[in-house]
Amino acid sequence: MDRSQGRAARPGAGATTEPGGASHRGLQLEEPLLFEQDSPGRSGVDFPAAPTAADRLGGLRRKSGVGLPGLSEPQVIRHFTRLSQKNYAIDAGLYPLGSCTMKHNPRLNEKLARLPGFAELHPLQPMSTVQGALALMDELARWLKTLTGMPAVALSPAAGAHGELCGLVAIRAALEDRGESRKRVLVPESAHGTNPATAAACGFSVESIPADARGRVDLGALRAMLGPDVAALMLTNPNTCGLFENEVVEIAKAVHDAGAFFYCDGANFNAIVGRVRPADFGIDAMHINLHKTFSTPHGGGGPGSGPVVLSAALAAFAPLPYVVHGPDGFRLVEMAEGTAKSFGRLKGFHGQMGMFVRALAYMMSHGRDGLHQAAGDAVLNANYLLARLKGHLTPAFEGPCMHEALFDDRFLKDTGVSTLDFAKAMIDYGYHPMTMYFPLVVHGALLMEPTESENRDSLDRFIAAMRELAARARAGDAAFFHEAPALAPRRRLDETRAARQPVLRWRPPTARRVAE
Amino acid sequence: MSDIRFTEDHEWIGMDGDIATVGITDYAQQQLGDVVYVELPEAGRKVTKGGDAAIVESVKAASEVYAPVDGEVTEANAALSGNPALVNSAPMGEGWFFKIRVSDKKQVAALMTEAAYKTFIAGLK
Repeated sequence: MDRSQGRAARPGAGATTEPGGASHRGLQLEEPLLFEQDSPGRSGVDFPAAPTAADRLGGLRRKSGVGLPGLSEPQVIRHFTRLSQKNYAIDAGLYPLGSCTMKHNPRLNEKLARLPGFAELHPLQPMSTVQGALALMDELARWLKTLTGMPAVALSPAAGAHGELCGLVAIRAALEDRGESRKRVLVPESAHGTNPATAAACGFSVESIPADARGRVDLGALRAMLGPDVAALMLTNPNTCGLFENEVVEIAKAVHDAGAFFYCDGANFNAIVGRVRPADFGIDAMHINLHKTFSTPHGGGGPGSGPVVLSAALAAFAPLPYVVHGPDGFRLVEMAEGTAKSFGRLKGFHGQMGMFVRALAYMMSHGRDGLHQAAGDAVLNANYLLARLKGHLTPAFEGPCMHEALFDDRFLKDTGVSTLDFAKAMIDYGYHPMTMYFPLVVHGALLMEPTESENRDSLDRFIAAMRELAARARAGDAAFFHEAPALAPRRRLDETRAARQPVLRWRPPTARRVAE
Repeated sequence: MSDIRFTEDHEWIGMDGDIATVGITDYAQQQLGDVVYVELPEAGRKVTKGGDAAIVESVKAASEVYAPVDGEVTEANAALSGNPALVNSAPMGEGWFFKIRVSDKKQVAALMTEAAYKTFIAGLK
């Protein structure tokens, strides 16, 4: 049986190879798929034989097995434990993915999310039995509205891009209500890819606004593009170059003067929370990634959560359900009532309750002063990286940055080493790579976001590793970079083949033969 | 194809009668790296100069390919769907993207010559 499934199976130096082709490194054990460990009939539980009873399934009775692998309990436990040990996480070390905000997830959040009164709720319980949970949602909404200065919030969006969808559907509903059919959405060329994707999914055509030499929106170009057919501007602030859009107030005014709406991508709210209120920019809608700014786990560790704050112009169109407080306590409004022109539901229930608890725990344990300091520390750490790597790596833009430091690949010019090679070599130095080749406006981009979680010792070790790698590239050691990673369980993967001939689904060997 | 012209977005266009063949330049494929997917326009689609016409996706990024001139697509290079690597191996040959019936040949003449394009990319490095 081909166990490699298209994965490279080259064992690294010092690894042992099993007859099946698997390789172990130290106690990092190789792990085949559960289906490859199948032993028909093996089970962790002894089931009684199924009774033979008449059924009414007619011709619908299943004729073949369901194809689940036979496994013992220890096999299953070891399988998932071994997989978890291969996973890199913020709990294991510095995780400098720019724009992703991989910050520490405080354990206090986890403790509170596990309280049975929250953890064991069912979304269809009677309102009278979930008053505490509704009060928590109401309190979270109050914090989000206070921190952003906005009058309304929709809690249900399940993640950042879902929040963008919520905001743009609300904008579309508001335009329809006005009887206008505006079809263009303007997006800076440095935007997250989800921005143009969301606009296109909502039926808008997308146009790209050029950046100026300072890495910010070219206000003159934006003004020239605005017109009576523009529905909205989508802008991230601080932007994906890690820079504050310091003309944001003028930008908002120009957008509103053209009769359009201003959607702010709040992915980088962590850099300004407690210091700037997005309402003062003049925004109409903004999603807040609770899993970034408010430290709820993400990146495989938990679902995202992307509440959206809305301006007075959009509040009436907010999605259902929402929490209100009346004489009988809290209740969820599930159907549009009164003057509200809600565009409807975005999600089966009310949002990611577990993340609401964690985010509010983070807010309340930090307090206003703590959030203010967290944002400041995130910006300070990024500037510390920028300042101490300047001269070794090449910063993409002049001057101080916000919460992330952006470099281009000029420092690798004529070394034969690419940004990708550099990133792979970081793994051999014990560091998860930063975000690379994003934003697209910067050639060979290296985008580093240390977050406020790292102390100075941790940053100094990272800086030393980056400096050593840069020196090694300049010294002509290109072969080392091209071979990297040499120490990971898997060596350099064939990304081209993976993209051209992706193996997306395991098939039993017989079915695979039939399919081919 | 006698005269090949170039755009600042790194497309090339070669005229043969009223029909032009469009692709991306060698410089563009080098910048993109290994191409893994190409999305091409359907025959009959009207394209406008500077408007989206195709998408090229490499291991690094997905990029739009713009129509160098106004026209109507007459054919897309079917070979690219099974073998996008042709864009890397023969960008100016077998790796062509699509053919268009050109509305206004003056638009073609206004594009860069090969010598002008070479000077242009030398300025980018």
